Amino acid sequence: MSAAMQNASSSEPIVVLDKVNKWYGDFHVLRDVSLAVGRGEKIVICGPSGSGKSTSIRCINRLEEHQEGRIVVDGTEVDADMRRIEAVRRKVGMVFQSFNLFPHLTVLDNLTVGPVRAQGVRVDEARARALELLKRVRIPEQALKYPGQLSGGQQQRVAIARALMLQPQVMLFDEPTSALDPEMIHEVLDVMTELAQAGMTMICVTHEMSFARKVADLIVFMDAGEIVEAAPPEEFFGAPKSERTRLFLSQVLH
Amino acid sequence: MGQSALVSRAVVAQGRRRPPPQGKGGLLPWLRRNLFRSPLNALATLLSLWVLFVTLPRLLGWAVADAVWFSPDAEACKQAAGACWAVVPEKYRVMLFGTFPYDEQWRGMLVIAIILGLALYCALARPSARTVAASWMAAMALVFVLMLGGVAGLEPVSTHQWGGLPLTLIMFVGTVVGGVPLGVVLALGRRSSMPAIRAVCVGFIEVVRGLPLVTVLFMASLMLPLFMPEGMSIDKFLRAQLAMTLFFAAYAAEVVRGGLQAVGKGQYEAADTVGLNYRQKMIYIVLPQVGRIVLPAMMNEIIRAFKNTTFIGIIGMFDVLRATSTAIQDPVWVRYSIEAYLFIALLYLAMCYGMSRYSARLENELTVRR
Repeated sequence: MSAAMQNASSSEPIVVLDKVNKWYGDFHVLRDVSLAVGRGEKIVICGPSGSGKSTSIRCINRLEEHQEGRIVVDGTEVDADMRRIEAVRRKVGMVFQSFNLFPHLTVLDNLTVGPVRAQGVRVDEARARALELLKRVRIPEQALKYPGQLSGGQQQRVAIARALMLQPQVMLFDEPTSALDPEMIHEVLDVMTELAQAGMTMICVTHEMSFARKVADLIVFMDAGEIVEAAPPEEFFGAPKSERTRLFLSQVLH
Repeated sequence: MGQSALVSRAVVAQGRRRPPPQGKGGLLPWLRRNLFRSPLNALATLLSLWVLFVTLPRLLGWAVADAVWFSPDAEACKQAAGACWAVVPEKYRVMLFGTFPYDEQWRGMLVIAIILGLALYCALARPSARTVAASWMAAMALVFVLMLGGVAGLEPVSTHQWGGLPLTLIMFVGTVVGGVPLGVVLALGRRSSMPAIRAVCVGFIEVVRGLPLVTVLFMASLMLPLFMPEGMSIDKFLRAQLAMTLFFAAYAAEVVRGGLQAVGKGQYEAADTVGLNYRQKMIYIVLPQVGRIVLPAMMNEIIRAFKNTTFIGIIGMFDVLRATSTAIQDPVWVRYSIEAYLFIALLYLAMCYGMSRYSARLENELTVRR
């Protein structure tokens, strides 16, 4: 936790989760989750399945609601107020495990539908920005195709470009490579790495430990709904403190 | 494990790409494949041939060879052994236009031409959705002017004189144009997070689906006027139109609900994360996908709605079927009602088949894209 907290004191953190608790029925899925993310910093959240890592980041843009504790994004508290939720969603881009591209729209329209319909950006302006971003994720030639005509890796890169269209302050990645064939994982991780190098604030739920080692400022290990350990990569991989972390690492680092 | 030899083996590929093997062409192989594949298959083929052999000549004789096509009176029909198609040219004015004033029936003809013409244009030329909506709006306005009259030197015709195919078509178009959007609203309301809206929508859908169409029509035509304040009345045509539309909307709502459930949760979430509000999310992301999913089921309901227009005859309106049954009450022609009904059946079949083909083509185009 130390790295995040040090940076947080030098400048305000952009995302704060403070003792967040959530239940599905009687099942306690998030237990006192507290996390601060500084501007421009990269957080990787890992842990076994069902540990609450996806649920945690889905609470940040209110795809899930938390019952106790506070979540603040860039000064705006995330609660039941729809206007505040929409304000937060404009600042937070999200990439899903299953891409969730809109199948009835072309790649270009997937990118522009949000800015044009929700924010009233002019169509030609949105298109120009979309083509710029498609170049950045290296698929400008696919702009007029439908998502179903693309490979998984291409679809996920389109999804990243779509999330960037809103010029977000923070990007959330929810296991972005878990649904990909092995030969396509790299093209997506490369794009994410470039994004990190460009200074984007990122919170990534992923099992890609080499990516975590290379990119993360802080690695957070969750198990059974709580944060078990948080440390910079050298420390996390070199000298894990908790027995649960060591067990997890022995399973994922073959 | 000893040194036992490995049984499994694989051969490294050496084949070149080549076209698939061709099936045998020609008539005889085709016959063997399709009609005489097995003894049972052959038996079924022979049996079918025998049935056709026995029935077809008599049917063709009745319907074509011995039929009377034109005859100003029924005399020629009495002599003939075959069908009396002459009833159709003799009675077509009443069959097609019902009680619409005789001298004004060209207006009804024009209405039929406008509606069928526009339907054909939309199906074949495939204009944009916006053009389709705008042209139907304009066409229906024109249709009502033509039917009601009272402007541009057209003699006024009140709705209780409307009848025949124009009435059937107007009722049908009105039902679909009003019922589909209402069905979408009801389906969305049924999934609303607000309990009051949900309860109203569920209540409406379940009540209407629980009643036969005839009951709904009777309620609209007989009971609705009782609840109206003194001196206020709604036109009978409008009441029937309202009943048909509400009835259709309840079924359309359930079709749409199925489609809404089939759109994945991820689509809703992705729409949320790109900043769309509820209305935008529905219009630009969810409903277009629902449209594709529910097209076959919705077309089924639409075709049913077309045939359901015949029910308005029960509350005393002269749709094309009721107009026909009235036309053949003429004692001279009453013996030939079968021919008249067959003609109407063909009319319905042609229109329903047209709609079915159109929907099949749409489905095809939409699947190509995915």
